[in-house]
Amino acid sequence: MKPILELKNVTKRYTGFTLDRVSFALEPGYIMGFIGPNGAGKTTTIKLIMNLIRPDEGEIKIFGLDHRRHEQEIKQRIGFVYDESNFYDTLTTTEMTKVIAPLYKNWDWAAYRKYTEKLALPDRKKLSQFSRGMKMKYALALALSHRAELLVMDEPTSGLDPVVRSEFLDILRDVIQDERCSVLLSSHITSDLDQIADYVTLINGGRIVFSESKEELLEEYALIKGEKSLLDSGLREYVVGLKESRFGFEGLVTNRAEVQRFVGSRAVLERPNLEEIMLYCLRGNGNDHAGA
Amino acid sequence: MAPIDIILTNSGDVPIYQQIVDQIKGAVLRGELRADEPLPSIRLLAKELQISVITTKRAYEELESEGLIYTIPGKGSFVAGVDQHALRESKEQMLEEKAKELLAAAELLGLSRRELRAILNRVLGDER
Repeated sequence: MKPILELKNVTKRYTGFTLDRVSFALEPGYIMGFIGPNGAGKTTTIKLIMNLIRPDEGEIKIFGLDHRRHEQEIKQRIGFVYDESNFYDTLTTTEMTKVIAPLYKNWDWAAYRKYTEKLALPDRKKLSQFSRGMKMKYALALALSHRAELLVMDEPTSGLDPVVRSEFLDILRDVIQDERCSVLLSSHITSDLDQIADYVTLINGGRIVFSESKEELLEEYALIKGEKSLLDSGLREYVVGLKESRFGFEGLVTNRAEVQRFVGSRAVLERPNLEEIMLYCLRGNGNDHAGA
Repeated sequence: MAPIDIILTNSGDVPIYQQIVDQIKGAVLRGELRADEPLPSIRLLAKELQISVITTKRAYEELESEGLIYTIPGKGSFVAGVDQHALRESKEQMLEEKAKELLAAAELLGLSRRELRAILNRVLGDER
């Protein structure tokens, strides 16, 4: 299938930080989690996608179109939710929405009402009185109300309590049901992505560490715990990241199946979650697993 | 749609897709799912189970390759008519795998095959 979003060797240089040849693609109907530590380049990448800053090199295609030449058309079809959404604080939600709605050809008031109801957003309250979480919910309702085919979200769940976060994730699950819309979601709350992401892209220091389906990641990596003597019997070459204690070690290994055969019953292998994969990949002993 | 319960666990070592395969397979082999009964779509299943579409897709592909379900593009997936002979064989195969696990457990505990047999006989005796 043709990707809905495609980045090829996208590079952006700042003094002290370079986003270095970032490439990944997302097909319609899937949710991609975009993870990495603070300052890794998540927001820079998202700003590039949204054409808020210009790349020095590389190519970004959205819906198969060049993201700068067809910016107007593309933006009609994108829903954008980001960390510090700017609204006119003196307006109520309804007033603000009346300003925004005409900007979209496909604005859908019925959808807007549905989502504001679902997210319990008051329509007569001034935006200045909204909490961070409420503003985020409002931004989400707007993003979902113009039949967008791509939702780009920068840390959307960070200010939300667990109940609202769960509602939020449910809505995203609904959104991808018709196989038309995709979601790119950056987050450092990896447990959200454990639940909903189909693909996960990890970025660190301006470089993509991996961009794979969660299914493949869980097939490839395993969390391993065992006696320290095991490490020096040849296990080390599989180890991506390691934590040693006085009583043993815990680490992340690649080639799960091979390691399983190698250690037999001498160690415990467990399914890692995304947080563990991310922590060990970043903690690691080198970058030799990059692109795996 | 076929009435089926799928219960997933995050503990343990069995991959999620395999858990789905095992449970649908179980329901087919036990005769709870009948031939040509429609299965939930991979997207619906993923949504309801709160897992990735890629996982449910993989589970269905696995079931399809084992001949337990079939897919009609644009219509969805259905339970395949399983022939009785193959059914019997597949049941035996499932049990054989369990028996192998049992043997492995016995070895891990340092029990001999004779001791394992004795335990098995005891359990079978209790059942009578």
